[in-house]
Amino acid sequence: MTPTASAPAYDVAKVRSQFPVLATTVRGKRLAFLDTAASAQRPLTVIEAVDHYERTSHANVHRGVYQLSQKATDAFEGAREILRRFIGAASSRELIFTRGTTESINLVAQSWGRRLGPGDEILITWMEHHANIVPWQMLCERTGATLKVAPIDRRGELDLEAFRALLTPRTRIASFIQISNALGTVLPVREMIAAAKAVGALTLVDGAQAISHQRIDVQSLGCDFYVFSGHKLYGPTGIGVLWGREALLREMPPWQGGGDMIRTVSFSGSTWNDLPWKFEAGTPHISGAIGLGAAVDWLETIGIDAVQAHEQSLLTQATAALREIPGLRLIGEAADKGPVISFVMDGVHPHDLGTILDAEGVAVRAGHHCAMPVMAFFDVPATARASFGCYSDEADIAQLVAALRHAHEVFN
Amino acid sequence: MDLKDLYRDVILDHNKRPRNFGRLDPCDTAADGNNPLCGDQLTVTLRLDGDRIEDIRFEGRGCAISTASASLMTEAVKGMDEAAIQALYARVHEALTAAADAPPPEGLGKLAALAGVREFPARVKCASLSWHTLNAALAHRAQNAAGEVRGGGLDPTPIAAVSTE
Repeated sequence: MTPTASAPAYDVAKVRSQFPVLATTVRGKRLAFLDTAASAQRPLTVIEAVDHYERTSHANVHRGVYQLSQKATDAFEGAREILRRFIGAASSRELIFTRGTTESINLVAQSWGRRLGPGDEILITWMEHHANIVPWQMLCERTGATLKVAPIDRRGELDLEAFRALLTPRTRIASFIQISNALGTVLPVREMIAAAKAVGALTLVDGAQAISHQRIDVQSLGCDFYVFSGHKLYGPTGIGVLWGREALLREMPPWQGGGDMIRTVSFSGSTWNDLPWKFEAGTPHISGAIGLGAAVDWLETIGIDAVQAHEQSLLTQATAALREIPGLRLIGEAADKGPVISFVMDGVHPHDLGTILDAEGVAVRAGHHCAMPVMAFFDVPATARASFGCYSDEADIAQLVAALRHAHEVFN
Repeated sequence: MDLKDLYRDVILDHNKRPRNFGRLDPCDTAADGNNPLCGDQLTVTLRLDGDRIEDIRFEGRGCAISTASASLMTEAVKGMDEAAIQALYARVHEALTAAADAPPPEGLGKLAALAGVREFPARVKCASLSWHTLNAALAHRAQNAAGEVRGGGLDPTPIAAVSTE
């Protein structure tokens, strides 16, 4: 990106200064944290927002008439409103707090999924995270519905024609990842949503990897459900979001029963609270929601478009640098990628790579990335994966490249 | 911390040229082992003479630590009876999990090369996978033998399975 007067150069040093963990060392070496796709680090403002809440405002929400409880409720519902604005939802009634992406998908599969029966079909893709495979497998087992899987090609791109061909009038929902966590592939979600709509199927978009890397507007996307986790968006763990169209959420039965999700309870039967609380049984993760709201506010001050441009520039640089390393093979070479690079090295198991890189202060993920079908497709037991966030910089890439060269030397 | 403490020459050599690699067919007992966290998986096949290991092979794929550990194990246990194997495994396990500043293990021969994993707790499972798998194969054999004594015959399942998680 060329800096202009209206768009000042991205100040990565200033961004990094907001993340206390980046100033720590690992085994005496500078920390090159390249595992943001697994979980992003937290900026000071998030840490402080959670701390401030714990020190000054904690009480249970939606319950007490006293001032402290009102303060907690305002902060919690305020966070919901921040999230609503961030993803362009029409109403905060459509924004349900969950524990994360996994719980959001399970909620849809178990609540909305109750209407399915034998002959109904669910369509996913080959590159789903286990969280977008297993809940549907369990639903199929319970209801007799059938799970179908759209294939990918050797570059790690979806076969869109095959996806279209697998959609039938019996397809009730198509559920797919927006950016593959294992390969980095950006899926053509707009085309996929349009194709699913054409056969009358609903769509769920797993935005876990997309939410922190590009602007999301759920209404313009046109999907029916959108899910993501807070901790991949610089917020706390244990908090996430299910967005769904209000009309759909209204029809769906409650998922878990308990406090907060009811209007009245008697032994002859109970009635349900309004949206979104109908799906939020029990005391929620109040500080998590507040921390996530603070994370979004903070990210907006930098600008997610600026973050995306920065990460894409790093992706291009790192991809070019990794191609130069002897014996290294990239897994996932889609034309359009998020800031994720999966790779293997000849003669070096990804786990050994992970250990050697760790000794050099470089944190990467080594494993199957909760995407075993993807590993099987590429016939590798696991890959190493470097992923970038708003705070990643060129020094991280240089450290990664030097460590990979060292790994190659140790084993050859 | 030096990487050479973990990736010693013996380990790199056994990773590159694993000994006793392959499968015994027929065999007296066998087991599959896998470490779901990192995708290591191996199969150990045994030929027994009473409770003494007459021959042993392993195959599969995994990281350098798990491959070298399996290779070194097959060399060490060939000809041993079960009591000797258990005694050896107890000492190997102790070496793998000792404190980082503990003195190096003595009398383990080449197996001592694995002691470097004590500084890398995430990798202890890789080094112990082959031993767990060997134990599963021996236990499987014992169960089958018990079945024979009770007149139940051999378990039709040829492979026992073990997972490190």
